[in-house]
Amino acid sequence: MSSKTHTNLIDALAADLVPVRRLHSPGLRAAFWLAVVAAFAFGLYLAYDITNLLIRMEHVPEAKIALAGAVATAVLGAVAVFQLSLPDRRPLWGLLPVPALIFWLGASGLGCLERLQALPEMRWYTLLEAPDCLLNIVALSLPLSSLLIFMLRRGYTLYPGLTSVAGGIAVAAASTALLEIFHPFDAAGTDILVHALAIALVVGVNRWLGGRLLNKQPRA
Amino acid sequence: MDVMLRFGREFSSLSAEHEGTDARSSPDDRWSGLMVAAQAGDRTAYHCVLREIVPVIERAARRQGVTGTSVDDVVQEVLSSIHHARHTYDPARSFTAWVTTISQRRALDLLRKQTRQGARERHAPLAYESYAEPDAATDRGLEESDNARILREAIAELGEGQREAVEHLALRELSLAEASRLTGKSTGALKVNLHRAMKALRTRLGGQI
Repeated sequence: MSSKTHTNLIDALAADLVPVRRLHSPGLRAAFWLAVVAAFAFGLYLAYDITNLLIRMEHVPEAKIALAGAVATAVLGAVAVFQLSLPDRRPLWGLLPVPALIFWLGASGLGCLERLQALPEMRWYTLLEAPDCLLNIVALSLPLSSLLIFMLRRGYTLYPGLTSVAGGIAVAAASTALLEIFHPFDAAGTDILVHALAIALVVGVNRWLGGRLLNKQPRA
Repeated sequence: MDVMLRFGREFSSLSAEHEGTDARSSPDDRWSGLMVAAQAGDRTAYHCVLREIVPVIERAARRQGVTGTSVDDVVQEVLSSIHHARHTYDPARSFTAWVTTISQRRALDLLRKQTRQGARERHAPLAYESYAEPDAATDRGLEESDNARILREAIAELGEGQREAVEHLALRELSLAEASRLTGKSTGALKVNLHRAMKALRTRLGGQI
């Protein structure tokens, strides 16, 4: 094959060339996605009474820590995913949201366990709340995931699987943080298992969708 | 001579860059400029930069352990990837690093693919060639020609009436009416002759065919 085939391919690619708009920096793209999340948060703030949230933040320190962890995971996840959407970035970017993720899940889990030990009857209440909680996180994640995948398709990742997982983590964290605004239940621990299930579901769907949608139809 | 010296200098500085001494050496600046022009739609610049980076891709592929004609496969993959990803190139960053990272990744993809194929498939041409097909009978032709000769001899020794019946009804597979018309004998006589002929042949040939 070698030089002749390369020359043929180069000729074909050059003939196919059309002007392209250079992609914005990953930081700017992450900021745009986070701005959309912030707009969602503002909409929810206007639509719902946030008294419960303020009380919860005041009286339950773990809830404050868990919320901070979720926000940090969403921000770092967004930065990581837009870095990974470029072909010359290292896969190590995928590790960026991991410390915040551990912090967030750890704080949520500990808060939940403490409350269950103090008030065992809450176990049943949390289980009753669980389907709503799951539904809300999944519902919130749908538009955020769609926007994220749409934006990622403008890039060209060499790691579609890793990028999708990082994107799923960012979306799940953002959805959970948004849920805190209007969820009426006075405990940072809606059931940790349900949160974990919701996160796994969102990450799994993003992984599945992203693996199929990213780079399948390369864009010029 | 002048051209060769310039070519040599460019590749010396490229090697230095790979050693991490200078991330934005002369070829890198040149390629970066060409790529920016390509992003704006300059086909000549694009053609030029793609042609010039082929050695960079080949070197990156070989460093990942790709050998032989597979290097050409990597080059093709990388050129296609660059075409689809050209809008992601940021001129503030090194073009050579951009191409090298894509090349390394595509080389690893190819090696993984080859490993997966190697695990599934076995290259064993001798095993294929020495496989004995159960239905294969190399002497079948000879055997069949022997049987035909024996049968022909046996038919030839039959009486005229019986031989005619066998030839027309059994070998040529004519109908009774057609055989009757050809031989001028009644269909009943033909039937009797055929029956007797078959009995005689069976007796004569036994289990030979």
